[in-house]
Amino acid sequence: MSSKHRIAASLTSACLIACTSFGASAQAIKVGIVGPFSGPFAHYGTLFKNGAEAYIAAQGGKLAGKDVELIYRDTGGPNPGQTKTLVQELIVKDKVDYLGGFVFTPNAFAVAPLIQQSQTPTVIFNAATSSITDKSEFFVRTSYTLWQVTVPLAQWAAKNNIKKVVTAVTDYGPGIDAETAWKSEFTKQGGTVVESIRMPISTTDFSPFVQRIKASGAQAVYTFLPGGPPNLGFVKAYNENGLAKAGIQFLGTAETDEFDLQKFGDAALGLTTAFHYSAWHDSTANRKFIEALKKRDPNAIANYASVGAWDGMFVIHKMIEATGGQRDGLKAIAAARTLAWESPRGPVRIDPKTRHIVQNVYLRKVEKADGQLVNKELQSFGPQIDYGLDK
Amino acid sequence: MQLLANVLIDGLAYGMVLFIIAVGLSVTLGLMRFVNLAHGAFAMIGGYAAALLTREAQWSFWVAVPAALALTAAIGALLEALVLRHLYRRSELEQVLFTIGLAFFLIALTNALAGPQVQLIVLPPLLAQPVDLGFRTLPAQRLLVIGAGLLVAAAAAWTVTRTRFGVWLRAAVDHPDTAATLGIPIRTVQCASFAAGAGLAGLGGVLGAELMPLEPYYALKYLVLVLVVVAVGGMGSLPGSLLAAVVLGTVETASKYLASEWGNLFFFLAMAVLLAWRPNGLLKR
Repeated sequence: MSSKHRIAASLTSACLIACTSFGASAQAIKVGIVGPFSGPFAHYGTLFKNGAEAYIAAQGGKLAGKDVELIYRDTGGPNPGQTKTLVQELIVKDKVDYLGGFVFTPNAFAVAPLIQQSQTPTVIFNAATSSITDKSEFFVRTSYTLWQVTVPLAQWAAKNNIKKVVTAVTDYGPGIDAETAWKSEFTKQGGTVVESIRMPISTTDFSPFVQRIKASGAQAVYTFLPGGPPNLGFVKAYNENGLAKAGIQFLGTAETDEFDLQKFGDAALGLTTAFHYSAWHDSTANRKFIEALKKRDPNAIANYASVGAWDGMFVIHKMIEATGGQRDGLKAIAAARTLAWESPRGPVRIDPKTRHIVQNVYLRKVEKADGQLVNKELQSFGPQIDYGLDK
Repeated sequence: MQLLANVLIDGLAYGMVLFIIAVGLSVTLGLMRFVNLAHGAFAMIGGYAAALLTREAQWSFWVAVPAALALTAAIGALLEALVLRHLYRRSELEQVLFTIGLAFFLIALTNALAGPQVQLIVLPPLLAQPVDLGFRTLPAQRLLVIGAGLLVAAAAAWTVTRTRFGVWLRAAVDHPDTAATLGIPIRTVQCASFAAGAGLAGLGGVLGAELMPLEPYYALKYLVLVLVVVAVGGMGSLPGSLLAAVVLGTVETASKYLASEWGNLFFFLAMAVLLAWRPNGLLKR
């Protein structure tokens, strides 16, 4: 082949590739998934990715008959500035139809004005501060808020003869949210918060705090800690200093989540938490969810973040269905407001007013089953709304 | 009284964890004058090796820990012989840049090989139980850390000041050329010292893991604490590092009991005051 022919041939093939990819992308629904895919929080990115891709695969690769293209963007950690830039690019350059993801509250806050202007429906898979959905009418949330899981736990404690509680939370936004939620509900039920301990976020040695809890004379400790090392450190100190033996009950929320749970070892046995999702939840929907996850990646973990992404994709699926694949943010959000379905966590619905998920919250205890630690659900508190938004 | 005793006991235990993590850096940075910001990464290698050996290979803790330390020392020796020795005569900035790059590389490697989750070292039942001190309980593991810290401080101080190797090391650092003409095997001394520093870092990674859990970002997360201990203790002074670690650990613990809303303020305030008072180290006038 002469060089002229070669150029012509390569030009033709280049055009063919360009034209076909253009054709495909004109039909595919584009969904931007924003989350941490590198750095210390990268596991959230993996959980989102597994949950979202498992959902699409379980639907046969298409949602409402449309091809779906997921575009991942990496925010690293809590980084509102960079998140805003990335989302702007997704909206303006990639022209995404929907957005999903968001682990950190400040990142979600940062994109509210953007999605409001572009009318892009955005599903929050994780970020758990109540006021997020207030910031734009295009936010829908499929995770939980601290108020939502803390209020029923405080009611349960008050009913079960726990009169005096000490709170011990990590000193940052969600921790303070948790402390306020507990205090407000528990005192309303007639209980007393004897001491409120705020632990600096960089704490590594928790024994001093645990000694203070022991000395406070409380019957239980309500705690909130970020996942990973602080969580493990606190539970270890709780056990090593004999708090359980001293009769001080552990009351938590996300502390025994499936991502960290096996790392605790037997130290976790008997920990009591109130939360909306346990991988051990006994239902067909949950078994389907876990099977789909394992099919995508045998090492995938089913926890609140991957179920948030799975249900988030369900909401996006229904929005695509309602708009027939056309770009119509208002119509899509109107459809999302009335959704009710059977999630792997149990029956759920979207609250039409707040666009936050209404779900059952369960009282759980860590037990051993099949040689591994699980969150066994002891009772359901029934459907709970986000109590934080009324404040 | 109870409160004071609690502060002192927890402060000593926390200080010893700080010391055991910092002692390896005290050797490389203090004695060898090599700015090794990859110190945390060596600690991480030791900790991960111990975690994998105890958990995956089911080795006994008492066998796995020496094996993990030997492995860390060997990796340290290898890196020293191949790469790091070329940096001894370079400027501090170049040493900083290289070793911080090495730390990032090792973080990414750990993340890729072992995943982002926290690794636990399986403790033998003897260490996992709480010990009753009469007025309160303390985890047995902390007693091991306190014992190991004192032992390491004594052994290292003895090696540096009383043995032929210690004389060689100080000579090789202060006047390498003169030392070489006197027939001191400088290369062997440097390599062995660096390996010892890496091994001690590994020990810190293993014994400190109860308070500073092992995860890929371990390598940088606790570096500041370690640097503070070495700086306050004085370059190359092992007893100084020990004293600094215990004093800072007690200050930090007391602030957690009495004024936790101030966060880490008192730890760094103590650092600033101690450095202003004795800029060359606690035990050096």
